[in-house]
Amino acid sequence: MADEKAKKTIDPKKHEMPVQDAKERAHNFEEVALGYDEETAVAEAQRCLQCKNEPCRKGCPVQVFIPQFIKMVAERDFDGAIKKIKEKNALPAVCGRVCPQENQCEKYCTLGKKFEPVGIGRLERFCADRELKMGVTVPEVAPPTGKKVAVVGSGPSGLTCASDLAKKGHEVTIFEALHVAGGVLMYGIPQFRLPKEVVQAEVENLKKLGVKIEVNSVVGKFSTVDELMEEEGFDAVYIGTGAGLPYFMGIPGENACGVYSANEFLTRTNLMKAYLFPKYDTPIKVGKKVAVLGGGNVAMDGARTALRLGAEESHIVYRRSHEELPARKEEAEHAEEEGVIFDLLTSPVEILSNEDGWVTGMKCIKYELGEPDASGRRSPIPIPGSEFIMDVDTVVVAIGQGPNPLVPRTTKGLELNKNGNIVANLETGATSKQGVYAGGDVVTGAATVILAMGAGRTAADSIHEYLTNK
Amino acid sequence: MFKILEKQVHSPVIKQFVVEAPRVAKSCKAGQFIILQINEEGERIPLTIADFDREKGTITIVFQEVGKSTIQLGEMEAGDYIKDFVGPLGEPTHIENVGTVVCVAGGVGIAPVHPIARAFKEAGNHVIGIMGARSKDLLFWEDKMAAACSELHVTTDDGSYVRQGFVTDVLKDIIEEKGKENIPLVVAIGPQPMMRAAANLTKEYDIKTIVSLNALMVDGTGMCGCCRISVGGETKFVCVDGPDFDGHQVNWAELALRQVYFKSEEQLALEYRECTCRNGGAE
Repeated sequence: MADEKAKKTIDPKKHEMPVQDAKERAHNFEEVALGYDEETAVAEAQRCLQCKNEPCRKGCPVQVFIPQFIKMVAERDFDGAIKKIKEKNALPAVCGRVCPQENQCEKYCTLGKKFEPVGIGRLERFCADRELKMGVTVPEVAPPTGKKVAVVGSGPSGLTCASDLAKKGHEVTIFEALHVAGGVLMYGIPQFRLPKEVVQAEVENLKKLGVKIEVNSVVGKFSTVDELMEEEGFDAVYIGTGAGLPYFMGIPGENACGVYSANEFLTRTNLMKAYLFPKYDTPIKVGKKVAVLGGGNVAMDGARTALRLGAEESHIVYRRSHEELPARKEEAEHAEEEGVIFDLLTSPVEILSNEDGWVTGMKCIKYELGEPDASGRRSPIPIPGSEFIMDVDTVVVAIGQGPNPLVPRTTKGLELNKNGNIVANLETGATSKQGVYAGGDVVTGAATVILAMGAGRTAADSIHEYLTNK
Repeated sequence: MFKILEKQVHSPVIKQFVVEAPRVAKSCKAGQFIILQINEEGERIPLTIADFDREKGTITIVFQEVGKSTIQLGEMEAGDYIKDFVGPLGEPTHIENVGTVVCVAGGVGIAPVHPIARAFKEAGNHVIGIMGARSKDLLFWEDKMAAACSELHVTTDDGSYVRQGFVTDVLKDIIEEKGKENIPLVVAIGPQPMMRAAANLTKEYDIKTIVSLNALMVDGTGMCGCCRISVGGETKFVCVDGPDFDGHQVNWAELALRQVYFKSEEQLALEYRECTCRNGGAE
């Protein structure tokens, strides 16, 4: 593949992935990016140089065998390609869609030094989608070890940890508080970026490995981690409960009707399918002018969701400038293309409401950027006297989330940091409590899907070692 | 899936189910609640645990039909299955021996008050129960309340049964009769106006009063803040910090506004349902 001839004819650009037209998609919940067809996938795979030192793999938090699977795609061995991916990644259809590849695998692609990197994410997605369509083959599972592991939380880290442990022959039960598995993949990331059918298909694949998933099970309420170990005979526990506690601004008027946390706004829309109300029972109410507070991916998801729910104007209100937006560049661009308005260097100080308790506006203040702080980010400084009233009738607060305290609070002897995150060794996932491991957002604070998956993988390896020596 | 084992109809709008939910039954305590979702298209609605049987692994819920989901729930029968049923949620009521506790139950609030009264009595308190409803046909569980309380007073707004008047009228009489110093604690659960009235009354006498707030909820595990409410000037999440709060600290006006947040949508859901029912389920 990587002979001299091929190199000379390399296309400098990634093959485009077809997307829905921005104007059209801004008003529906269909997936924005449509995925490669076979011919495009093969052509894109042929751009790969098959580097011997595999720099791309080092950028992947779960070390997918990238050059190997891409070679198979180039040779049209699609069944082999997905099998190769799944040796390392339990959720390829998810990762191919939501990973920030520009900061991971594709960042290290040799081709990227001169041209655009290989579309690794798009190829992973192609392989996974094709398999979901054609029917899934179940990977091999080691003989039963007789050990039981409880995984608390069925988000990306819990699903990955469970899948790895099941493959190693352990009996794994996932306990999930909500009525479906998937965590943020189900309630947070919108349908138009990650169809829920795709997530559920991947969850079904995990079940085929023998993983049991108990939904409607709030650990810390129906049972504690200690009880799971002492009374229900689990030999080890993995805590992957995420960062699902919404932060609010703490400004006056924030409890007015029409003010949502991003979690509520997105949970109603995605998990409960409020966008299909009244066919689905859960309502959601969006006014004409929506302000989304914050500049991360969750804020972009909120602003784009608001448009799809019928808002005439959807604003991102962020106190730093465009450059500091924590969101993925692609997400901010998609939002902009769809018509989201960015009000930068701006932050609300009070939310105003009428006598029915409804939001009527936001009193905001303008900011300017000061000197870079210790972390290198320029800190925003409010400009005195710059207050103005922004005319909005719905506010979505997307300024971040903390760890949900239910499990940390009810587990004896679990060390927490000052933010309420579980203290765990990042190399092993081990907590201060023997047999209890943790990873993902509950340890790191809100981060990415793939980092959570990496943490689940790491913990699965240490749990396996712990159980083997036990 | 969670099986409905028994159904009882207390009135055309108040119904009771015994639901098979061993996990919830094993660990629940007085004051906690569950969230259920009838089917795939359903919404998640919170209902208080009105009774439980740890051995049989069952939970009793009593609900009033007020909108689409509760009407649909009311049409279900023993043998039917509820898709999702999660709990126990919320903090249990803080039970201790304080001497005398007055437990005031208004309307369908009789159901949540029942296990709390029983727990206070089991903790050695003299429990004075007050139960009331708009009219006789909306009353239920008089026998169970009589068993859970040391003494029980019954009232109806329209006087169609026992005495005429609000539960707060009875509460006032009891405080006046016994003396406020002899009543260290009041628990009041029912419709918001009733809880608010009870809290206003006991504030005059400076008697500590616990109320159980029925805020709108989605997940019920603290991840969305839909149920948030100001208590003593601080924002609290009813689902994880409550549902019990000090009635004298609750911002009732705010709660009342947040409660009707989705009123027009609720009406729409009901109309949509009537429409699809008439068309035999077709859209």
